[in-house]
Amino acid sequence: MRIYADNAATTKMSRTAIEAMLPYLENVYGNPSSLHTVGQEAKEALEDARARVAALLGATPREIYFTSGGSEADNQAIRSAAILGKRKGRTHIISTAFEHHAVLHTLKKLEKEGFTVTYLDVHENGLVTPEQVAAAITPETCLVTIMYANNEIGTIQPIRAIGEVCRKAGVLFHTDAVQAVGHIPVNVVEDNIDMLSLSAHKFHGPKGVGLLYAKRGIILSSLIEGGAQERNKRAGTENIPAIMGMAAALEEAVRSLPETMPRVSALRDRLIAGLNEIPHGALNGDAKTRLPGNVNFCFEGIEGESLLLLLDDKGICASSGSACTSGSLDPSHVLLAIGRPHEVAHGSLRLTLDASTTEAEVDAIITAVRDVVQYLRNMSPVWRELMNGERKFVID
Amino acid sequence: MALYSEKVMDHFRNPRNVGVIENADGVGEVGNAKCGDIMKIYLKIDNDTISDVKFETFGCGSAIASSSMATELIKGKPVADALKLTNQAVTEALDGLPAHKLHCSVLAEEAIKAAMKDYYDRHGIAYDESLFPAEHDCESCEV
Ligand SMILES: Cc1ncc(COP(=O)(O)O)c(C=O)c1O
Repeated sequence: MRIYADNAATTKMSRTAIEAMLPYLENVYGNPSSLHTVGQEAKEALEDARARVAALLGATPREIYFTSGGSEADNQAIRSAAILGKRKGRTHIISTAFEHHAVLHTLKKLEKEGFTVTYLDVHENGLVTPEQVAAAITPETCLVTIMYANNEIGTIQPIRAIGEVCRKAGVLFHTDAVQAVGHIPVNVVEDNIDMLSLSAHKFHGPKGVGLLYAKRGIILSSLIEGGAQERNKRAGTENIPAIMGMAAALEEAVRSLPETMPRVSALRDRLIAGLNEIPHGALNGDAKTRLPGNVNFCFEGIEGESLLLLLDDKGICASSGSACTSGSLDPSHVLLAIGRPHEVAHGSLRLTLDASTTEAEVDAIITAVRDVVQYLRNMSPVWRELMNGERKFVID
Repeated sequence: MALYSEKVMDHFRNPRNVGVIENADGVGEVGNAKCGDIMKIYLKIDNDTISDVKFETFGCGSAIASSSMATELIKGKPVADALKLTNQAVTEALDGLPAHKLHCSVLAEEAIKAAMKDYYDRHGIAYDESLFPAEHDCESCEV
C-alpha cells in the first residue's frame, strides 16, 4: 500500500497531461522560431497553449510569459518590479514573513542592493489583512508581493481585497499563486492581480515549466539573455512538450474544480478531525480559509523527521517543517512566522491530499499518525518531562 | 540513494535499549528541544562494568539510531571503555551518517559521558575533569 499525501511538494502527472505532451515529443519537434513548416507547427501549438492558459486565468495571451517554473516566475516578477520602481526612486517592497524561498531570497538580495522590505505579520492563523497592506504602503512602495496560498499551512490570503488596496495606491501587486492555481478559482482580473506566478507540477502537469502573468503595460526585465523568445523577455527555445502538458493539466484542473474542491475539502476536514483526537497536537493555520487538500499539524514531544520516516515505512508519503528535514538548523520559517516555538515546530507534519485521495486512505493516515506519534512519544525524554509536569505543554 | 544506511535504518526502526532505568547509577541528558535533539542516557554500573544502559531520545532518525548504537557499544563493557567511546566509533558502527547528521553521533558520545560524570559525582568518585569537556553549543551543530 502506498498513500501519496505530499501533493504540495509535487503531484503525479495526469494521463491527460502526459497524452497532451506525447505528440510534441514524438512528432511536432520543430523550433517555434524556425520559419519552415515543422517549426511553424510548433509555433502554432505554443500560441494555442498560451491562449488557452490565458483564458483560464482571465488574462490575454500577450500577458503570459512561459518560464521554467514557479521559482523563475517569482524571481522575474520581483526583479522587474524592483527595476521599474528604482527608476522612479521607489525602493520599498511589502511582503509577508512566510513567503516561499523563491520570493524571500530574491527580496533578501534586493535588500542588499538598497531596497527596504516590510514583512507583514501573518498572525497565528496564517492570514494577513488588506488593512495591514494599506497601512504599510508609503510613497516609496513599488511592489506588494503576497502569496495566494501558503505552501506549508495552506492558508489563503484575501488576494482580491489586497489587490484593490494596491490598485488604489498605484502600487504593483504580484502574487505567488503556485499552490493556488488549479486548486481554487483564480482570476487575475477579478482578483486585481498585476503579476502572478504559477507552476505546472503542482496541478498534475510536468515539472520544470510554469508561467508569469504580467498585466499589459508592465515592462518585464529578462533574467536570461539570448534569443527573442517570449516577446524578448525570456530567452531560450521553448519547452513545447512541457508547455502543452501544462495547458492540458490546467484545463483539466480548473474544469473539475466545482467537483474536486468540495470533495477534497471534505477529506481534509475528516483528516483534521481525526488528527485533532491526538492529544497535545494542533492544526497549523486557519481551519477554514485554507487550501482544499492541506493539513498541517504540530505534535508536542516528537521530532518531524522520525515521524516521516516511520510513516514512510507504513507507505505514507508526507512532509515536515522540522530542521532535520530542511537541512538547516532552524525549523520551518512558516511555522515560526505563525508563532510556533522552535521545539513545537520541529514536530510538524504536512499532509497534502488531492482528488484521487479516498476516505479509506484518510482513515489509514489517521491511524498511522496516531500510532507513530504515540510510539515516538514513548521514547521521548521531552514527552516524559511534559507528562511528569517538569516541562509545560505549549499545546493543550 | 537512500538517506540513511541500512544499519541506521535498522537501529532507527528497532532501537536497542529504549527506556528508563529506575534508580540508575548515572543519568546524562544533552541537547535541547529548540535544536530538535535531546538524548538521555541511564546507566546501571556494577563492579566498574556497565551492567545495563537505556536511552530516551527526542530527535530525528539518526539521533535515535545513534543513541541506540551508542548504548550497544558500551553495554556490558568496563566503564573505562565507555569513557573512550567516540562519535567516530558510533558513526562507523552505523556504516556512516550524512554529513549534516554527524552532530547526532556527537550528541550520543556526549550523553554517555554526561551519564558517566553523573555517576562519578553521585558516588563521590574522583575523576579527571578533562575527560568531560563542556557541552558544545548550538552553533557547533553547523557541520
Ligand atoms: C508557493 C511556491 N512558490 C514557488 C514554488 C517553486 O516552484 P517551482 O518548483 O516550479 O520552481 C513552490 C514549489 O516548490 C511553491 O510551493
